[in-house]
Amino acid sequence: MKLLTGNDLKSGAVTWWDGVQWSLHVGDAIDVGDHADTILARESAARRVNAAYAIEASKDENGVRPAHIKERIRALGPTVRPDLTLKPADPAAGQWVI
Amino acid sequence: MGNLMYRYDTYDQATVDARVEEFRDQVRRRIDGHLTEDQFKPLRLMNGLYLQLHAYMLRVAVPYGTLSGAQMHALGDIADKYDRGYGHFTTRQNIQYNWIKLDQAPDILADLAKVEMHAIQTSGNCIRNTSSDQYAGAAADEVTDPRPYAELIRQWSTFHPEFSYLPRKFKIAVIASETDRAAMRLHDIGIQIVRNDAGELGCAFYVGGGMGRTPMIAPLIKPFVPLDQFITYAEAALRVYNRHGRRDNKYKARIKILVHELGKDEYTRQVETEFAHLLVQNIEPPLAELERIKAQFADPKFETGLSDDLDRSDPDFALWVDNNCVRHKAPGYIAVTISLKPIGGIPGDASADQMRLMAGLATQYSFDELRVTHAQNIVLPHVRKDQLYALWQALDDAGLGTANLDLVGDIIACPGLDYCSLANARSIPVAQKIGQRLAAKEQEIGELKLKISGCINACGHHHAGHIGILGVDRKGTENYQLLLGGCEGADTSLGQITGPGFDEDGIVDAVEKATELYLNTRAEGERFLDTYRRIGMAPFKEALYG
Repeated sequence: MKLLTGNDLKSGAVTWWDGVQWSLHVGDAIDVGDHADTILARESAARRVNAAYAIEASKDENGVRPAHIKERIRALGPTVRPDLTLKPADPAAGQWVI
Repeated sequence: MGNLMYRYDTYDQATVDARVEEFRDQVRRRIDGHLTEDQFKPLRLMNGLYLQLHAYMLRVAVPYGTLSGAQMHALGDIADKYDRGYGHFTTRQNIQYNWIKLDQAPDILADLAKVEMHAIQTSGNCIRNTSSDQYAGAAADEVTDPRPYAELIRQWSTFHPEFSYLPRKFKIAVIASETDRAAMRLHDIGIQIVRNDAGELGCAFYVGGGMGRTPMIAPLIKPFVPLDQFITYAEAALRVYNRHGRRDNKYKARIKILVHELGKDEYTRQVETEFAHLLVQNIEPPLAELERIKAQFADPKFETGLSDDLDRSDPDFALWVDNNCVRHKAPGYIAVTISLKPIGGIPGDASADQMRLMAGLATQYSFDELRVTHAQNIVLPHVRKDQLYALWQALDDAGLGTANLDLVGDIIACPGLDYCSLANARSIPVAQKIGQRLAAKEQEIGELKLKISGCINACGHHHAGHIGILGVDRKGTENYQLLLGGCEGADTSLGQITGPGFDEDGIVDAVEKATELYLNTRAEGERFLDTYRRIGMAPFKEALYG
């Protein structure tokens, strides 16, 4: 599947296209299929996202998982500071990245 | 602020203040849509604002690594007020904040300007922050304090109209000792201040060094440039690069490639021609300006008659003294390195509270001065020996008393894939695992400089590590190459790759094997590097892959 990701213009936070808006959680991301360029052009022009691009991902019973480790780290947060990730209370969160 | 470092004059302050307001307007125009990201990106980068993996990152310049207590305190306050309570000290002697919001960036720059700091030229293809010896002004072996010369370079290079759009970024280091503590020959220009046979000070110019994709050791192109001509000579060296440096290929655009392709002799010839041309144009700043700057770096008022004795009855303190303190030029004083490498910690990170504590300790114990080292530690340069124990206790209580300077736990590591958008692999977890694995042996191993980069750009200086590690992307998974034999000192050498790479746990095992071979093979008094140079790569390959 193909996801869209970028950064919030003001906060710089990593965001994911959920079909309606940009979410902080990769689990909300949808498969944009062949519509990546159209959505990116529209959303970037409206400044709802910054420096956005499409990535490859997969989906299983545990949810959406970007194909590349870099995108998984973007999705979670730094593996060396679990307290600063989106799942600070989940000690196994880092395993999802690796 | 103390009087022992450069203070902004009204021109400096007005320049920095104006830059803050200019950037505030640029940010406003970006947010309201008058600037696209393509238009805005070069503007934010000129102010040190990057977009990294998780957020905007702000890189703040620390000129030649020197900070006052007030400045370090402000850096801690910024970490709390605008970031997530910490900062990362870098191999360029700067500090980076990882969680910056765009609309707050101008306010941060305004806060920095209040303590005579900025983020100008911490990115882009310009002359970057000049680095120097962290013991400048304190070292017993220096011919002079190199910082006034670095400050003059800062003033000359800031907003230099001819050198704001060079083929690539450009880094200068200035030292004044035979012992190179700034990786001087791995810079685009390395300047060593030397004294000639007549007793006069001048500058030896090394040009064309660097790490990154194509590591090179800078050759000496001019052994002595008089002090009243050294800016002119630097201008000539830059001008030849700006004219002929390759702009068609960013991977071949650094000056090291130009010097290599032209050859040292031809490059030097062209610089000499340009130098002669520039000399008659009188572009050199007047010596009075250099003297004005030098006066601001006057020695502190060192007490006289102090004892050099230390009470070493506390073994933990004695160990720390032996590892982290070096001889000072003034009797009764010592230079202290505060390790930002606790076992299992993140190299170079300091919390806001730790920054403010170090600021206070600098004010109390070190004439209000601190230095950031290129090895991502902090130095208090001028500490009275009779106050050293009290200082150590305060540091130790704050988790800043790790006794591992230049040991295997004192690892240089770039932010790597945990933070950096350029990285291919994580650096920090590897550093943490190696530090933990070898902690019990690090005193036995002795000096071993281990440096880790998460990509070929080599921000972690892996080429210059006695043991270097380079993280690469191998089909979407992290892989780590091992290098041996690098060195950044006066005997600069580049590390050589041992062979096939390792996964994350494998590289930790490999480092342990290399250190075990060293321990079993070393001759009396040999460091790891000495043993490697004596026995060569083959035994290490056998231990790693045999």
